[in-house]
Amino acid sequence: MSYAVVVGVTVTIYCLLTLGLNVIAGYAGQPHLGQAAFFGLGAYVAAILATRYGLPFWLDLPAALVLTGLVGVLLGAISLRLREDFLAITTIGLNFVMVAIFQYVPFFGGAMGITDVPLPSLGSYTFDNSAFLVVGLLMVCAVALFSAYLERTWFGAVLAAIKDDEVAAAAIGISVPVYKIAAFALGTATAGAAGSLYAHFMSVVTPASFSFSESVVLLSMLVFGGLGTIRGALLGAVVLGVMPEVFRFVSDYRMLLYGVLLLLMVRFQPAGLLGEGSWLHALLRRRRLERGGLGRAAA
Amino acid sequence: MPLLEVEGVTVRFRGLTAVEDVSFQVEEGEFVAIIGPNGAGKTTLFNVIAGSQRPSRGRVRLGGRIITGLSPAEVSRLGVGRTFQIARPFGSLTVRENILLAAGREQLGRAWASLRLRHHDRAAARATELLLRRTGLEAVAEKRASELNVGELRRLEIARAMAGRPRLLLLDEPAAGLGVDGILPLRGIIGDLRGQGVTVLLVEHHVGFALSLADRVVVLDQGRVIAVGLPDQIRRDPRVIRAYLGEEEQELEPAPAPPAGEAPGPREGGRAEGVGGLA
Repeated sequence: MSYAVVVGVTVTIYCLLTLGLNVIAGYAGQPHLGQAAFFGLGAYVAAILATRYGLPFWLDLPAALVLTGLVGVLLGAISLRLREDFLAITTIGLNFVMVAIFQYVPFFGGAMGITDVPLPSLGSYTFDNSAFLVVGLLMVCAVALFSAYLERTWFGAVLAAIKDDEVAAAAIGISVPVYKIAAFALGTATAGAAGSLYAHFMSVVTPASFSFSESVVLLSMLVFGGLGTIRGALLGAVVLGVMPEVFRFVSDYRMLLYGVLLLLMVRFQPAGLLGEGSWLHALLRRRRLERGGLGRAAA
Repeated sequence: MPLLEVEGVTVRFRGLTAVEDVSFQVEEGEFVAIIGPNGAGKTTLFNVIAGSQRPSRGRVRLGGRIITGLSPAEVSRLGVGRTFQIARPFGSLTVRENILLAAGREQLGRAWASLRLRHHDRAAARATELLLRRTGLEAVAEKRASELNVGELRRLEIARAMAGRPRLLLLDEPAAGLGVDGILPLRGIIGDLRGQGVTVLLVEHHVGFALSLADRVVVLDQGRVIAVGLPDQIRRDPRVIRAYLGEEEQELEPAPAPPAGEAPGPREGGRAEGVGGLA
């Protein structure tokens, strides 16, 4: 049971990361291959604030969120003017640079990272794994609801427009860079919040956890589930997050499996398992329509 | 003061001069067509006005204000709507949402306002419905824009450009690639714009189409203005005929054949009178 809870917390963290990535890569269509770096930044910010400045989880969480989002704005402003393929490469580079900084700048504790990040507490109650799971799930709900809201705002439609055609978006008066940066800020801030949860849950933060390959895992999850949809981000994080835990052999070949899955999805189901227009989504919708049609016919 | 003033615009690409010292004006409420054979510099000039091409020399004013050097988004926000020759719809959005987004542009300039729900904006929704009706896109309003045919896409381009309530509407070869059955409804829609008091600058390869719509015509050839005048004058202008005969003889015939019930003569006569009143 307790092991299942640990897996559950890991999956909620993956969900937060893919939901954040979904705003950037899914809604705005910007290939972002450095999400793990921002996850790491949030984790480091929280770990440093908690261990060196004694800030409680409830304060270092928003601090990690805001600070990571601000760094996201800064780096986004520099890199988002690039064309899509260059942007992908730039975000990869960004991931390597940030991991190198974590590793070699003494402030971040070197290769050993930062240890003894305290467990959060609420009054006299100190967090156990179940409490992490509850908080994680609440955060996932909050981000998913916010995403759903975003889809129905002007902001959401603007991101879709930018994803479809930047030139046409500019032609109707949209400041494309501003909106791209805003999407980047939201997506990276979410990763920062996930980082804070992670730091307190693991109690150790090391550079290796935020490598480029983690960014690839996150993008694989999102593409697998369905780029641009909340259900896709969640499904991808849950399925690909749980798989290595359930099937031990998967864990040895994890990266290989993700790579193959990514290729297969892009080739055969570019919309992802549950994306708009995917095979499974179409099937489910047909079922629902049929049932709805029958119901109406009976009535 | 004219709404649009193009002053001595020159565009050079490396050694090639695409547009050379082009000047003309468009008055408020006027319908001006820029025509010219292939490679005349029409599209380059269009891009200079829309802000997507910086001129090597010269400038463009909108309502007296210099807009050269502004980004396409800034030019658009100052009241210049444009269509694209090869339609650029927001393919993942529905037709209605394509138009609604352009109609809700007030919400897009301020970051916080853009976090409002789209369906709460009644004014934008009303404007969208009206444009759907005027452009005959009601039936496909819920379709994704990526599923439209060429004719529908052209109408969506116009509806989306109009949704931003532009002071000046730039139409980039709206008839290109359309058959007669696509051109006729399009001509009706563009003709209707005149009644709505919109100032239009039409860039068109299709001479018959342009002459049948415009109050005044600017003819470009090899980057230079070779004639400016009323459609009837342009039709008879030897320089224009030569420019077109040089490459495509049949172009000067009114290419989209008017329908049986629509005699071209009186329509054009009426238009010439209208121009006289304006001038």
